[in-house]
Amino acid sequence: MSLVQVLFYVMSFIALTSAVFVASTKNLVRCIFMFFITLFALAGLYVLALADFVAITQIVIYVGGILVLILFAFMLSGKETLNAIAQQQGKFISINKLPALLLAGLFLVVLINMILKVDVDSLGWIKRSIQTKNEILPDAEMTQNIGINLMTRYLLPFEAISILLMIALIGAAHLSRKEQKI
Amino acid sequence: MISLTDFLVVSAVLFCIGLYMIVSKHNAIQILIGIELMLNAAILNLVAFGKYDRLNNGGQMFALFAIVLAAATTAVALAIILNVYRQYKTIDPGKIDNLKD
Repeated sequence: MSLVQVLFYVMSFIALTSAVFVASTKNLVRCIFMFFITLFALAGLYVLALADFVAITQIVIYVGGILVLILFAFMLSGKETLNAIAQQQGKFISINKLPALLLAGLFLVVLINMILKVDVDSLGWIKRSIQTKNEILPDAEMTQNIGINLMTRYLLPFEAISILLMIALIGAAHLSRKEQKI
Repeated sequence: MISLTDFLVVSAVLFCIGLYMIVSKHNAIQILIGIELMLNAAILNLVAFGKYDRLNNGGQMFALFAIVLAAATTAVALAIILNVYRQYKTIDPGKIDNLKD
């Protein structure tokens, strides 16, 4: 077993155990902080999939942006939210979780079964990509290629998403301001 | 090297954990975290397949777009959750059941 594989198993183990902890803990703050660890481990998995730029973006946007936003919304929303959440968590009976557990478990069985049957590594286009050397090798520098592609081939989605980000920014600012009497 | 099947299995497990959180939690913020987990599972798939597209970078590019979309979604969703809390004094989606105030 090579070092890359060992690293892959370590990263996926960290990601999956912290995700299970996020799903099972009753403490919301602890849940959010464990979600940090899941996202970091996922960034590690992206690096192992030879997508270093996506990994950096994941850390900058998810860990730096989204999680801080969630923490802010949670901590700034006042003491009452915290109390309300604590009460809701208290009267949690595990029999209520059974249908959700059943649903998720059966869905997992279906997904895993399908993945093992499809045998992704011998798909046609993947074999062709390996033959035509269209595969990313570990020593390739992909960031330059990503930048060029972003400004040429994917220019329209790029502009569309920038407009959408602006709409989301204005919408969030509009929604979260205090109600004013007109 | 790591096979694609390993990536797919990891992302399937993450997706199911997110699904479980969405169905079982009584708290809108935790449901949002579940949605983020499912999105991350999808992004992991995109990135894993994007390894076999060196020239066009399709997988990695759409992983980037998905991350940005997730950021926009979260900002709006958190603003909506704060508003709902101001209106109903609870963020349990099961208890928010009337349209007029």
